[in-house]
Amino acid sequence: MLSIKNLQAKIGEKQILNGIDLKVNAGEVHAIMGPNGSGKSTLASVLSGREEYEVTDGEVDFLGKDLLELSPEDRAREGIFMAFQYPVEIPGVSTINFMKTALNQIREYRGQQALDAVSFLQLMKEKMKLVEIDQSLLNRSLNEGFSGGEKKRNEIFQMAMLEPKLALLDETDSGLDIDALRIVANGVNKLRNKNNAVVVVTHYQRLLDYIVPDYVHVLYKGKIVKSGTKELALELEAKGYDWIKSEATVA
Amino acid sequence: MSKSNQVLEEITSKEYEHGWTVNLETEEAPKGLNEDIVRFISSKKNEPEWLLEWRLKAFRQWQKMVEPKWPNVTYPAINYQDIIYYSAPKQKVKPNSLDEVDPELIKTFEKLGISLTEQKRLTGVAVDAVIDSVSVATTFKEKLSELGIIFCSFSEAVKEHPELVKKYLGSVVPMNDNYFAALNSAVFSDGSFCYIPKGVRCPMELSTYFRINAANTGQFERTLIVADEGSYVSYLEGCTAPMRDENQLHAAVVELYTMKGAEIKYSTVQNWYPGDKNGKGGIYNFVTKRGLCAGDHSKISWTQVETGSAITWKYPSCVLKGDYSVGEFYSVAVTNNYQQADTGTKMIHIGKNTRSRIVSKGISAGKSQNSYRGQVHIMKRAANARNHSQCDSLLMGDQCGAHTFPYIDVENNSARIEHEATTSKIGEDQIFYCLQRGIDEEAAVALIVNGYAKEVLNQLPMEFAVEAQKLLALTLEGSVG
Repeated sequence: MLSIKNLQAKIGEKQILNGIDLKVNAGEVHAIMGPNGSGKSTLASVLSGREEYEVTDGEVDFLGKDLLELSPEDRAREGIFMAFQYPVEIPGVSTINFMKTALNQIREYRGQQALDAVSFLQLMKEKMKLVEIDQSLLNRSLNEGFSGGEKKRNEIFQMAMLEPKLALLDETDSGLDIDALRIVANGVNKLRNKNNAVVVVTHYQRLLDYIVPDYVHVLYKGKIVKSGTKELALELEAKGYDWIKSEATVA
Repeated sequence: MSKSNQVLEEITSKEYEHGWTVNLETEEAPKGLNEDIVRFISSKKNEPEWLLEWRLKAFRQWQKMVEPKWPNVTYPAINYQDIIYYSAPKQKVKPNSLDEVDPELIKTFEKLGISLTEQKRLTGVAVDAVIDSVSVATTFKEKLSELGIIFCSFSEAVKEHPELVKKYLGSVVPMNDNYFAALNSAVFSDGSFCYIPKGVRCPMELSTYFRINAANTGQFERTLIVADEGSYVSYLEGCTAPMRDENQLHAAVVELYTMKGAEIKYSTVQNWYPGDKNGKGGIYNFVTKRGLCAGDHSKISWTQVETGSAITWKYPSCVLKGDYSVGEFYSVAVTNNYQQADTGTKMIHIGKNTRSRIVSKGISAGKSQNSYRGQVHIMKRAANARNHSQCDSLLMGDQCGAHTFPYIDVENNSARIEHEATTSKIGEDQIFYCLQRGIDEEAAVALIVNGYAKEVLNQLPMEFAVEAQKLLALTLEGSVG
């Protein structure tokens, strides 16, 4: 599904990604871990098409398309979804209205007809149930005055609505208490199937207790320095990142 | 150049949608302004002596007045002798019904999306269409007259209902109120008149549509709406003009008068030609709008969506004379390119227990300047008066300006006044959030701006709200820097 080769990127004059190689197949969950400043969030941002980051080398293939050539909105329409670490507030725009606009623009791109009000409502009800979110939240201005947990839940609701092929969860666990974390993780798990894939970017292993990854990659200084299975995450939890750092330096 | 800036460039170079002209045969007064011109206009309209006298009095007062310099706008001096003060589409006979109206005129309005043919109108809006200086058609007149509602052009009202016109003309905006009101009083050519009798709730939206067509002309229309005891009317006003290199002057006066328990809701979607992206041409929109809540428990509500004009100078106001009367002002003012707006409201509390509410949303983009100027005045007698003002500014890009000039005068200690103000910028983060959900940049800006202006747009009647939303999007799409 996603194939990243030697991806290098910088912001301003600062080089952050120094040659990432990663393959993600449909049905898989990958976790990207690493110490602060290792480039985890940058990787998610570059994949979703944030303008501030300049790709200096490498290629990214997403379902046969050159991802780096696509505009951010077209990446979304092709099936890439990013659950933001800090979802922004948009006053006066309800989540419902926002999702209607998004869904219909995506459908238009795919040559599908816009959903009528009834079908949209039906879809919404179904997804609300799936991710355990209350409609009153969706009627409110997007993320305005939401608690940390509500914001993240809202992100997962949007993911459910847009049914992406590849979901990037950027530090989705940050700012969540354990109950909120469980609800958010449950939502993600329910949305998993053999046709989609999830990349979880996280600093801590605790989210991975709930969203169990098939692969874990450790990012350090803009490179994947170690890959393994979920046991690697546990090892990191127990030993911290220092041994990875020294290993990487030695290598 | 970032992508946002590119889109901004594209959009701002997008041409004004209503910039076409039609070839209508017109009858014009010679350029310039003097007593003879005032007499010429009055005689063209076969006006009674009292009205000519009223005009002349206004003209003489105007000559002694000076153009206001306090607004936060700059423009080259206007040469009042270089303007044509009267221009009317030539019609061979005065039409008795729409069938007799020049088809070219009907086409003009159809091009604007306004059908004057009643059976074609499904929305239940009665329209008075004013082109250049003259009202050309009023729809649904008969249906309204069954309820005793008078809705006609100003000239017709002068002929058919002189007692009403004489009584209320200038009762809210005195002829010498300000420079532009005095000018209008001297040379106004037409406009709409509306009277809602006691206890009648007007069953449809009444609407005036203004169109400037001729070159070098000023448009000076006058609207007078009188709501008798316990009546209600919702009134809409729309306007467009062709693209021209020179600046055209529009100096209108709108007077609203509510008696005991009456309510007038007045909505404007102003889309005069704003000038090109370099600031050339465009309408000078110098308008005086005021409502008098004369009776107890009466209410006047102004809603405006201002997107057009090179310069806007207007302060739709409420004089709350009746006890328990209510004034409201909801405004979205958008400026882009080199547009300048100095707009706001005045709430004058005279009666006891009067209440007012101000919601002003300014949006500035390009190199434009957008000022809110508002006055809340609680007079001595106005016990327990209340006001709540909210003034928000949204900036797009870093070359525009937003300014707020609130004035509060309180002469009664029992007053309760609240003023809130915010300034924000459309963030790259907001835009990116939308993009990441598959929403393109234009739609994203439209979504964010409409969200910001929602509180005001919600006040508009349905048909207008949709139009206003589109207009906002069109004026601003992509204006993020």
